[in-house]
Amino acid sequence: MTWAPVVGIEVHVELRTLSKMFCGCAVSFGGAPNTNVCPTCLALPGALPVPNRTALDSIVAIGLALNCDINEHSIFHRKNYFYTDLPKNYQISQFDLPIATDGWLEVDTGEGPRRIRIERAHMEEDTGKSTHVGEGGRIHTAEKTLVDFNRAGTPLVEIVSRPDIHSAVEARAYAQELRALVVELGVSDARMEEGSIRFDANVSIRPHGDSELGTKVEIKNMNSFRSLERAVDHEIGRQIGAMEAGKPIVQETRHWDEAGGLTTSMRGKEGSSDYRYFPDPDLVPLRIDEEWIERIRGTLPELPSTRRQRYLGQGLDSHSAGVLASSDADLRSLHDDAVASGADPTASANWITGEITAWMRRTETEPGDLDLDGARLAEMVGMVADGDLSASAAKDVLDGVLSGEGGPREVAEARDLIQVSDRAAVSEIVGSVLADNPEAVARYRDGEHKVVGFLVGQVMRASGGKADPQLANELLRAQLSG
Amino acid sequence: MSLADLSITEAAAGRRSGDHSFVDLFDAVLTRANHTEAQLHCYLVIDHRGARAAAETADGELSAGTDRGPLHGIPIAIKDNMNIDGLETTCASQILSGWVAPYDAHVITRLKEAGAVLVGKTNLDEFAMGSSTENSSYGATRNPWDTTRVPGGSSGGSAASVAVGSSFAALGSDTGGSIRQPGSLCGVVGLKPTYGTVSRRGLVAFSSSLDQIGPLARNVEDSRILLEAIWGHDPGDATSWNGDYPDISAPRVDLRGLRVGVIDQLSGDAFEEAVSDATRSVLDGLSDEGAEVGEVSLPGFDVALAAYYLVAPAEASANLARFDGVRYGLREDGATSEEMMRVTRATGFGPEVLRRILLGTFSLSAGYHDAFYGQAQRIRTHLTAEMNRAYEEYDVLVSPTSPTTAFELGARTADPLSMYFSDVATAPSNLSGHPAISVPVGLDEGGLPIGFQILAPAFGEERMFAVAAEVERLVGFDTRPVLAAELA
Repeated sequence: MTWAPVVGIEVHVELRTLSKMFCGCAVSFGGAPNTNVCPTCLALPGALPVPNRTALDSIVAIGLALNCDINEHSIFHRKNYFYTDLPKNYQISQFDLPIATDGWLEVDTGEGPRRIRIERAHMEEDTGKSTHVGEGGRIHTAEKTLVDFNRAGTPLVEIVSRPDIHSAVEARAYAQELRALVVELGVSDARMEEGSIRFDANVSIRPHGDSELGTKVEIKNMNSFRSLERAVDHEIGRQIGAMEAGKPIVQETRHWDEAGGLTTSMRGKEGSSDYRYFPDPDLVPLRIDEEWIERIRGTLPELPSTRRQRYLGQGLDSHSAGVLASSDADLRSLHDDAVASGADPTASANWITGEITAWMRRTETEPGDLDLDGARLAEMVGMVADGDLSASAAKDVLDGVLSGEGGPREVAEARDLIQVSDRAAVSEIVGSVLADNPEAVARYRDGEHKVVGFLVGQVMRASGGKADPQLANELLRAQLSG
Repeated sequence: MSLADLSITEAAAGRRSGDHSFVDLFDAVLTRANHTEAQLHCYLVIDHRGARAAAETADGELSAGTDRGPLHGIPIAIKDNMNIDGLETTCASQILSGWVAPYDAHVITRLKEAGAVLVGKTNLDEFAMGSSTENSSYGATRNPWDTTRVPGGSSGGSAASVAVGSSFAALGSDTGGSIRQPGSLCGVVGLKPTYGTVSRRGLVAFSSSLDQIGPLARNVEDSRILLEAIWGHDPGDATSWNGDYPDISAPRVDLRGLRVGVIDQLSGDAFEEAVSDATRSVLDGLSDEGAEVGEVSLPGFDVALAAYYLVAPAEASANLARFDGVRYGLREDGATSEEMMRVTRATGFGPEVLRRILLGTFSLSAGYHDAFYGQAQRIRTHLTAEMNRAYEEYDVLVSPTSPTTAFELGARTADPLSMYFSDVATAPSNLSGHPAISVPVGLDEGGLPIGFQILAPAFGEERMFAVAAEVERLVGFDTRPVLAAELA
């Protein structure tokens, strides 16, 4: 039997608002424990929540970018469970009336774009952080538990996909696309390693062709895209193994162990959880009207998927379009400016995703600090196209330009890298090279055509590296056959 | 007569005409407290130093020409479920023992701005859950009219202190009648304003959708003055009303043609004869002055109390979840953090609070949620609509405030349902969010006060106060409790 994996992904995105979701404390990381707190986020007696309008703007933006319906009426619910790092022992979240529902996100794993449907995006608040001190660092064996509430109350958007993902690779592509989207919207830092974006996967398998869903297992604790892909891949394998060995799949939450490369069963928060959701009476129903939605729609930037379409329209191949579309904003505007200044889009994209990116890595330069504008990149691309620069000379020129030596032509001239493309001049060098190498000429005429490579090299040397090698090749063959 | 027996208006006027100082007023209530606290136990704490300093400041300010208005220098008591910066808030519970509030409740800020002198924190049923103030973990409060009897609750400490004169007026909180019922049992005016008009910020939540802070005072005018000082929009409370507020500066009504609806469901055998008689006599007085008194049947009132005892515990079960020993208050030892929380809560909460947390948890549980919590919310919607329809025909609705006068300590503690029935006339207004006021209208044969309740539509406070003032005038109730009378 062959098995079809079914994966849904839940994403938690911490919003980068100035203040927390329901109080005035700053959203910040790395402060001394319990210094960024107030009566509301510590759940002191009598404290009340007041919703953060900017956070609501952010989730509306996320909802719109995910092609969701933004519901005019939605409600905050209380999700009740006891945990040391949950100050109120309930989390303000949303239940049956979330802010955004029924959207989709397009992903492309290289086999053409696919739409992954989004079930919902809802607003909630983050918890504090517990540190279990002593044996094993797990809650049940700890000597003591230290709690830091600095993070408590940070606005959190939960985005739940439909079970439309069919492989670990696609799970990763979805996660990456979603991260790129929230970064583009400017609503979150979305740093996986810091936990400001967190991915949980619901994995099940079913016999190929079946429409009924299998028992799902939730996996947690993946802190990189790679570990997400590995964890999903491992879990699919584990489930297939279990099914084929005749063992049932148990509905549970499993913990991804990055070092061990496997998932282990994790105890639930309250056994089988009954969160006793009910509308939070401290908050009034939310009303997000057309005017609000349109105001946010007006501020939406171009999204990665739209941009990828635009780049494909410029003639870029799918890979380059994808890479460029999800690259840094400064690099994209460099491309857009270069194209506007007349550069060939494919050449511009290749330079940016290739040589320029490599140079930045080598010199540890941030995109925003690049000493290069679109006009200069266009000029350089044009010089290569016109034959004024060889591809290898262009790399030297680029290095000069990026090192602040001036514009492309200036650098090329200063470094004496302008290619000789004048037919007569190259033809003259070709003539003298042939005259100096009778033996090679004889071998060519005996049918050993590859010797032309040696002769091109001689022309290049004679020209001090400036002759256009293609032109040299063409003229050599012409004269040898003449 | 002692200064402690003056009305707010009289005390304010006397200070301005030089008859006494604000410090004199504070000394008068303090003397009254010294004479009565051992018997009554109205206060959990009296802020001697802070209150005296506030009275001195108030005198100084007024002498220097800064007049903060009618509450300037007036000694006010605060139910101990509202935070005063720097004082303990106990909610009469062991679980909060030792917790000092680091901020003022919104109403406290408003009272301080108005120049009021905050005498201290008054006793209550633990977390405001009860109708007799017997559920205080610091001991019961007793009724100044008969110290073998309860003052009502949960704002029993506030009501008894106002009645006996150990404060001029007080703040209480009313979730199902916790201001009006003790007001009725102690012979003072108690009112619950329209939901959302007084900020709940800094009030320790019992049931957020029902809780409202309101005044207890010795007459309608004093309660009006207090409400005017504390109500208004607070951006720190998301449920705070951010629209127009009624003008209650000079409530006035012409009784001729006033349509008064007597709630049919709040009469009959369950109501003591003296209570029914007193109610009837008020209605006769209103009729004599030209009011059109009619009976109105509101079937929703038959099920309102049941709905109330599902909604309030449900919300309470979540509101009280934060008392877990992790961040403040009582902490008991436990081998794990879970056990620590469990033991702390089992130890720190009293039996009535535990009962309601369990009731609420149950009514929200999977499988029961819709039949209990869900059904109660539907009743609430239905009841509100029913009351709104009644207001198309009647300007105000009226009823007794409590089915009985003050009962003896211990009489209902063994039977929670009989205790819960104390709220039958008051809880519906909390469910609907409408305002209601209790005005003392007489004494029963045992000399215990009887309250008359006037209900008004949402934001109908102006009409509510005007009718209450007319009832007060008709009845002429100015009797003082035995204890106060002896001391005066």
